[in-house]
Amino acid sequence: MLIELKDVSYTYGKDTVYEVNALNHINLGIDEGEFIGIIGHTGSGKSTLIQHLNGLIKPTSGQILFDGSDIWEDGYNLRELRTHVGLVFQYPENQLFETDVITDVMFGPKNKGLSKDQCEERAKEALKQVGIPENFYKVSPFDLSGGQKRRVAMAGVLAMDPQVLILDEPTAGLDPAGRDEILGQIKYLHDKRGITIILVSHSMEDVAVYAKRLLVINDGRIAFDGSPKQVFTHYRELEQMGLAAPQVTYIMHRLHEKGLTVDLTATTVEEARRSILLALSMKKSGGTEEGGGSPWVK
Amino acid sequence: MGEVTLGQYYPTNSILHKLDPRVKFVGTLTYIISLFLIRGVAGWIFVTAVLAGLMFLSRVPFPYLIKSMRPILFILVITVIFNLLLTPGTIVWKFWIFQITKEGIRVAIQMALRLSYLVMGSSLMTLTTTPNALTDAMERLFAFLKVVKVPVHEISMMMSIALRFIPILMEEADKIKKAQMARGADFESGSFIRRMKAMIPLLVPLFVSAFRRANDLAMAMEARCYHGGDNRTQMKPLRYKGRDYVAYLLMAVMLTASILFRIFGKSAI
Ligand SMILES: Nc1ncnc2c1ncn2[C@@H]1O[C@H](COP(=O)(O)OP(=O)(O)OP(=O)(O)O)[C@@H](O)[C@H]1O
Ligand SMILES: [Mg+2]
Repeated sequence: MLIELKDVSYTYGKDTVYEVNALNHINLGIDEGEFIGIIGHTGSGKSTLIQHLNGLIKPTSGQILFDGSDIWEDGYNLRELRTHVGLVFQYPENQLFETDVITDVMFGPKNKGLSKDQCEERAKEALKQVGIPENFYKVSPFDLSGGQKRRVAMAGVLAMDPQVLILDEPTAGLDPAGRDEILGQIKYLHDKRGITIILVSHSMEDVAVYAKRLLVINDGRIAFDGSPKQVFTHYRELEQMGLAAPQVTYIMHRLHEKGLTVDLTATTVEEARRSILLALSMKKSGGTEEGGGSPWVK
Repeated sequence: MGEVTLGQYYPTNSILHKLDPRVKFVGTLTYIISLFLIRGVAGWIFVTAVLAGLMFLSRVPFPYLIKSMRPILFILVITVIFNLLLTPGTIVWKFWIFQITKEGIRVAIQMALRLSYLVMGSSLMTLTTTPNALTDAMERLFAFLKVVKVPVHEISMMMSIALRFIPILMEEADKIKKAQMARGADFESGSFIRRMKAMIPLLVPLFVSAFRRANDLAMAMEARCYHGGDNRTQMKPLRYKGRDYVAYLLMAVMLTASILFRIFGKSAI
């Protein structure tokens, strides 16, 4: 097990009037090579949870193990941990500060103590992976568009060559094309470079497509932990938490109620399409009913 | 960073919290004046009773009230030492060039009491009043200065905006700091120069975001046709209630009592 949380709780503003219990007794194990999606409504504790994973927040109680050793033990090198567990914050574009794009991306590797050439190499590779072309390298990061800034900021974390990449709502405020592109790049990093991915998102559709395992956080607790399909079967409970299953889940349930034997666990549009077509053709060949040509069958 | 609570407002539902901020502002001034008027043991017992009573009424836990003393502790100690050693008069104790006099002891005690009572009393005001309520109160209380062309409303607007922005910027600074730490930045170790240099990745984004916010706010105010003080009404106008008049009455009593203590008090302390 790569990262392990044992009974972790966290309270903001401990011992003041403004105490907020952000996390309550979280137990969680993360294996190498996983692609985990984290969902939960606003203020449920997602950002707090992920900041525990690279030692930016010290838990009020409980233990966090990385590769088997307690990261809050005396003498543990937290800065090194942070190069293994890369964290891209919500709206990471706000952390850019250098005079040009490539120098900004080199900040991480430089802190790692690499030579200038190595830093530059890493930075270029990272920028390529997030799809920033070479002619932008010498541009000021403040002159980029919002989407480009975000990619540069992601590259800044990637350049440290982390084993685990945590992204806090990387697609917030992007247009659909930009969103798909960024998610595609994340998937590429997972599939091709074997990076463990933890993706915080508000979009059920996105996590359904990309994540293999889904964590639902509610009120600082893990409400569900399983594959997206398993989790979405609890769509009624999800609704009570202010969340919702992907739209497709609802359509499939409605169709099922109307008597069409479709696959209820379909979560993506593609899966749904196939399942509906199959169900319709079965129905047809069964010859129970002859409609005037269903709009689904073309 | 969570330690810093600006204005240190402590929310409870006490009578002091409910008082009009103008009353509390004037009350604090009256209290400070009284502190410097009184003389004699009886006088000190009187202000101690007043302060203790107010502390009790505020329902703010005692540790919070004491915490406000921490920043002035150093000044307090220095003042006491200087007064103790440098006041001329009847010598009680002498060693080498140091001497302590009867008068010195008296002045030192008096100064220590005054300073600590002053800080505790005024922090009682900031603990029970939000910074915004205070600026509101000051705007109203100093409204008469408009006659001599002092832009009272504008000043108070600037103050409330500044107060509003401080916690936001602190939160932002915290966020950026964490983001840079996630990229391996090191803010804690190294020489002074190194640490100053390490602040650049924190300060640049912070300034950028502060300017952006200021710009957005200016734009939003413009879009709502904001134009200064004249003829503006307030969302929650300050209005005196019965208890506020009672408080003013009590203040008058306190002031009179202090004057009497001044006149008749034995200057033992
Ligand atoms: N710096 C802070 N100080 C005090 N309380 C905080 C702080 N950051 C978060 N909180 C509180 O902790 C709780 C969890 O916040 P968190 O940011 O982890 O939520 P989130 O799930 O990431 O929400 P969102 O989807 O809006 O990003 C919230 O109630 C929030 O108000
Ligand atoms: Mg968040």
